[in-house]
Amino acid sequence: MIRVENLNVTFGAATVVRDVSFSVAAGESFGLVGESGSGKSTVLRTMMGLNRSWNGTIEIEGAPVKSTGRKDLARRAQMVFQDPYASLHPRFVIARTVAEPMRINGIDNSEQRARELLEMVGLPGAFGFRFPHELSGGQRQRVAIARALALSPKVLLLDEPTSALDVSIQAEVLNLLSRLRRDLGLTFVIVSHDLAVIAHMCDRLAVMRDARIVETLDRRQLQEGRLVEDYSRELLAASGDV
Amino acid sequence: MSDKPLVDVENLHIAFPREDGGWHEAVRGVSFSLLAREKLGIVGESGSGKSLSSRALLGVLPEHARMSADRLRFDGIDLLQASPRERRKLRGGRMSMILQDPKFSLNPVLKVGRQIMEAFRIGYPALSGAETRRRAIDMLEAVHIRSPERVMDLYPHQISGGMGQRVMIAMMMAREPELLVADEPTSALDVTVRTQVLSIMDELVTRRGAGLILISHDLKLVSRFCNRVLVMYAGRIVESLRADEMHNARHPYTRGLLACLPSIQSTGDPLPVLQREAGWANPEGQP
Repeated sequence: MIRVENLNVTFGAATVVRDVSFSVAAGESFGLVGESGSGKSTVLRTMMGLNRSWNGTIEIEGAPVKSTGRKDLARRAQMVFQDPYASLHPRFVIARTVAEPMRINGIDNSEQRARELLEMVGLPGAFGFRFPHELSGGQRQRVAIARALALSPKVLLLDEPTSALDVSIQAEVLNLLSRLRRDLGLTFVIVSHDLAVIAHMCDRLAVMRDARIVETLDRRQLQEGRLVEDYSRELLAASGDV
Repeated sequence: MSDKPLVDVENLHIAFPREDGGWHEAVRGVSFSLLAREKLGIVGESGSGKSLSSRALLGVLPEHARMSADRLRFDGIDLLQASPRERRKLRGGRMSMILQDPKFSLNPVLKVGRQIMEAFRIGYPALSGAETRRRAIDMLEAVHIRSPERVMDLYPHQISGGMGQRVMIAMMMAREPELLVADEPTSALDVTVRTQVLSIMDELVTRRGAGLILISHDLKLVSRFCNRVLVMYAGRIVESLRADEMHNARHPYTRGLLACLPSIQSTGDPLPVLQREAGWANPEGQP
């Protein structure tokens, strides 16, 4: 479903992603963990075609990102950002925000479908007429998820989807994401600095540090503590359970 | 620990005017105390009143807020009777606050070195310029910043979030406060940097005998770091317990919060979701 090979991303003189490779099977959930500045968000943004200067191979559903048009790419993969406050248009009611990608892509009946999508993420009926500032953080993140699903993509790229939320709301949003993945057969790539979130949501994960992937492991290896790199161990120790 | 509390708050109420002319009670009868060398955690969701309660202590509530309390004391000083001038003298000197986001709390057009030196200059006006600079550099070193001399000459946008947070801590610690209120000091930080920042604050508490109030929504962090934890819900303290007794929490809200945390040992099953009960918000609702 997703194939990333020898990806290098540069910002001016700085190389922020160095020789990153991974692949994700259809229906799988893959996690990227690491500290700020390790390049994990940059990998996601590059996959969505939001960075210019990179080399290597990225394919989503077999389509190479380099030569695929923006609209086509948007129908294959969508992104959910960390900050639900910053990623919604403040002057649009949320039904319009959700309908926007469908309007751009000339899909009929976009308003009806926007209402269905909002209902699917737990914001039924009159919620559609609210503005972002009239919603809580968790509700806003639900809107961002509904919008990401508007073009029925098969891949969702989630950049710290719950780090801005309270733990009680985080649980609700993570459950929603798991349910949608199962019901719609989605493939996830999730970026987080919280190893527990990744362990809960992902089948496999990669640990990033200083622009590189230092270790790739599956959930079982993580749970049994079979980590090779010191840095991964440090990360595991720091996110220990109560 | 001495027995005389450093901070003593009883029956604190904070309310904000509503559009319809009524009052919205954000904090409803909160009482707690803090000893020197004690680390007190306050946890709760956004809007539970945890930040407001400690802001009242420092006297930095918004002007339109209405505050009342039976007792509000710091080291024997009656804060309810203190003049604005006295309270301003306490703030920054004997009590200080570390805020969540260095991006919004540091002055963007001043080099960080100058901002730390300012804290020294206000606290110790007799120091020479060179001595102030030397102390600021020492302070940056104390918060584990590598090459502090270089960092002195950087602007806030040139440093990372974790460094910004440590710069703020350096500013607050310059005056060696007796009470430190840290409001979500590490939520913008990576787990690895978080451990460092906490150990710096821990040092202040143990070495200099300060009292610390740590406000956070992160139960794991609070239970590992603090001595005692207050759990707030809808403007009230619903449970108070020793940090190492966190797993024996009795209130359904505390238990719910603990249960909904994802774990490394997760099986992938849906997380238990908090089922809120109306009774939690009432004083009678406490088990």
